[in-house]
Amino acid sequence: MTATTPAGWLLVVALVLPVAGMLLAFVLGGRAAERLALLLLGLGVGVGVAVSAAVLRMGAPIVYLPGGWAPPLGLALVADGVAAAMLLTTALVLFAVALFGRAAHATPPDQAETRAALAYWCFLLALAGSLAAAFLGGDLFNLFVALEMLTFAALSLACLEGKPSQFRSELRYLLFALIGSVLYLLGTALLYGGYGTLDFRLLAGRTRADLPTLLAAALMTAGLAAKMALFPLHLWLPPAHAGAPPAASALLSGLVVKAAFVLLLRVWIWVLPPLPAMAAAPLLAALGAAAILVGSLVALRQARLKLLVAYSTVAQIGYLFLMLPLVLSGAAETASHAWLGGLLQAGSHAFAKAAMFLAAGLIATALGHDRVTALGGAGQAVPRAVFAFGLAGLSLMGIPPSGGFTAKWLLLTSALGDGQWWWAAVILGGGLLTGGYVYRVLAGTIAAPPGDAPRPRPLPHGPQNVALGLALISVALGLLPLASFGLVQIGRPGALGALP
Amino acid sequence: MILDWLLDGMVALLILAAALWTLAAPTPFAAVIGFVGFGLLASLAWVRLAAVDVALTEAAVGAGATGVILLQSAVRLRRGAAEVAAATPGRATTLLAGLLAGGLGLGLALAVLALPATVPGPAAEAAARSAEVGLGNLVAAVLMAYRGLDTLLESIVLVFAVLAVWAMGPDRHWGGIPGPRFARQRDGPLALLARWLPPVGIVIGIHIAWVGADAPGGKFQGGTVLAAMWVLAWGAGLVRPPSVADRRVRLVLVAGPLGFLLAGLLGAVLDGSFLAWPAALGKPLLLLVEAAMTLSVAAALALLVVGPPERRA
Amino acid sequence: MSGPVLYGLLGAALVALGLFGLVVQAAVLRKILAFNLLGGGVFLLFGVVARRTAPAGLAADPVPQAMVITGIVVAFAATALAVAMALRMYQITAAVTVSPPPDAQAGDA
Repeated sequence: MTATTPAGWLLVVALVLPVAGMLLAFVLGGRAAERLALLLLGLGVGVGVAVSAAVLRMGAPIVYLPGGWAPPLGLALVADGVAAAMLLTTALVLFAVALFGRAAHATPPDQAETRAALAYWCFLLALAGSLAAAFLGGDLFNLFVALEMLTFAALSLACLEGKPSQFRSELRYLLFALIGSVLYLLGTALLYGGYGTLDFRLLAGRTRADLPTLLAAALMTAGLAAKMALFPLHLWLPPAHAGAPPAASALLSGLVVKAAFVLLLRVWIWVLPPLPAMAAAPLLAALGAAAILVGSLVALRQARLKLLVAYSTVAQIGYLFLMLPLVLSGAAETASHAWLGGLLQAGSHAFAKAAMFLAAGLIATALGHDRVTALGGAGQAVPRAVFAFGLAGLSLMGIPPSGGFTAKWLLLTSALGDGQWWWAAVILGGGLLTGGYVYRVLAGTIAAPPGDAPRPRPLPHGPQNVALGLALISVALGLLPLASFGLVQIGRPGALGALP
Repeated sequence: MILDWLLDGMVALLILAAALWTLAAPTPFAAVIGFVGFGLLASLAWVRLAAVDVALTEAAVGAGATGVILLQSAVRLRRGAAEVAAATPGRATTLLAGLLAGGLGLGLALAVLALPATVPGPAAEAAARSAEVGLGNLVAAVLMAYRGLDTLLESIVLVFAVLAVWAMGPDRHWGGIPGPRFARQRDGPLALLARWLPPVGIVIGIHIAWVGADAPGGKFQGGTVLAAMWVLAWGAGLVRPPSVADRRVRLVLVAGPLGFLLAGLLGAVLDGSFLAWPAALGKPLLLLVEAAMTLSVAAALALLVVGPPERRA
Repeated sequence: MSGPVLYGLLGAALVALGLFGLVVQAAVLRKILAFNLLGGGVFLLFGVVARRTAPAGLAADPVPQAMVITGIVVAFAATALAVAMALRMYQITAAVTVSPPPDAQAGDA
């Protein structure tokens, strides 16, 4: 049944390029690592485009069987619409962050190699490889290995600065990530015991609603929710993400949590039988709703800019869970709208949040601090960064035209269309609260600097332009006609004519 | 039959006791000793479950290498009793955690009992097609062929881990020597052991890696034994870890995964499939990759035990 | 009930013990130990599963065995990283737990 499809070799390229690049960058070290990373992450954008184009052209998932061994004996690499879209998003954000980091993470001219620079460039490539493995993996155990790769890469980026204040929150992050992985692994053991395979496309439609299967799904969901910092497991995320250098924060908040999200979809949409999934989805969505409200309210009260942005991540992740009861509701049109809405939220948040963290980092550098009550003068010193922060904020609030608006609009209308109006109320409330904290920051940056404050330091345009570019992409996603997102529906169970 | 039952029951009880001791031991050091015992007993359970390859891995990596790392840290993390006491959750949290964990344990136990007694899995096909791979040990065939991508990514995880651990060191020691320094032991049991054991251990390690193709054993287990011999010599002050800037060390670390990758690409060119073992080159290529992997695993494990750079070269 | 089921129940008990330890033990080193007990329980469940998915003529399914070998090596690497971080934290701040200090609650870290 499963076989390597035409263009399947692209998936090998997507995986091998960054992974081999990381190994080589580690051996070569120093400036060579930086050059290699920039080259390969640039090529990664091309690979991402090629994979998406191939999936679109085929109208069906593209598959590669390493070694030619078909599941259940072997394991498959699969790019369906979700995987292709996330791969492309990842490639763009990673390349942008790599360009941004050229200034902050260059090897100093008087040294052959420094710890932070080598770790930055090697782990950028490592992150690219881990995310490719997480999006393209077709086997739930192989995805466990991908999750662990991701943990190492993400954690090393988070600890890049080696600040004393950092280790406690990053170590807590590591413990949560490890517990999440091991609970996920426990679920795969039960699934293998029940069905003799861990290929999620083979499991689809074959699972029973018995105790081992349901417990497996519950454990995997709990583990992935811990990794995504879903309320009430969210407390580790803000200090861990805010404590990292700006480039790392952008990747952690924008991309790393999305890998767990894609795995969550694999479990809920592919593996879990529809009836229990339908019954349990509102519970998960309720936690998502709580995350939106609590995360936004706490963000509103933050004294530090980076922590504010990190709490906003907690809230924005909540939206991703709202899609589940809508996609599983049974009505074909609701499902397809909610699916697109959820994935567009994942994508536009990746761009917007990366832009926001980069901008926040630039603002903090220019002012010498990131106290939200004293941001005056930032508007003159780093105007493009402030503009990027504002544009990204529009997308997070859900103001048209922006990718965030389209995403939230789709979720809202499918909630109303399906009579689940309470989710719509949460979406609107979350938008208002988001407007509150974004306004607080923007109003502060436009104000005149306090008289006794040191003059803000103007910064070069390059890194600001990167932040602005990412913010513009998050806005531009809202300008595209809905029909252009047909890609994400490819391979979704229940989507018309696209069953695996 | 009854003997089997007695044996399994005793092993299970001992494992449970070791686990309880690990959790409740009065000092961290005693807890780690309990954990090493737990690992060794667990490898007995693996033998009883007819998984000898896993038993070897559990004993070497799970109990041995993990144990050494934890012992080292138990020795170094001595203070902080007051902080621990202040941060220990109260009775309510403990009760809640107990209920949660107990509920999960109960659910899992019921789920294990509810699993189907026999499930058609890929094992029959794995056995039937092992001749295509040329590996008599089915576990090795899964690791190197059927699920080669898992193994490739896992070997890459080890490289990530080494760089991640190194990067935890302070900036000023980058390029320096990792790990604590041990005084050179001139005589005493450790010195004797460190001089006499490695030659034997190296032979055993290579043997375990070599026989892995057809009998229980393999690169992870063999590599761990090799790493253990080096760690022993390091602990006795006989050898010094290389600088983290040394390109040769980095080359050894990536040789396994990179070799696996290159062989995989060769498979794509010759056999039309990435990670296929090309029929024309057959077993020699596979053994070459296994050898490189053994070397890289040994280096990675040893360097992970040693830790981040702590002094200048 | 047979031998493998006994180990299955043991695995379930180890998972419960490990999870309990992870929540109630404050010291990082104890948490890392509990994580390893939890992992040991999960691996044992794979071992039990391997007995059930084995066809006639094979004592145990090699596929879950290979997964456990991979899992053990990955868990070792994770432990090494956690220990390295814990030691570094101790060196710099003398802290041995990851609970947030009381003064950092207001988000002013």
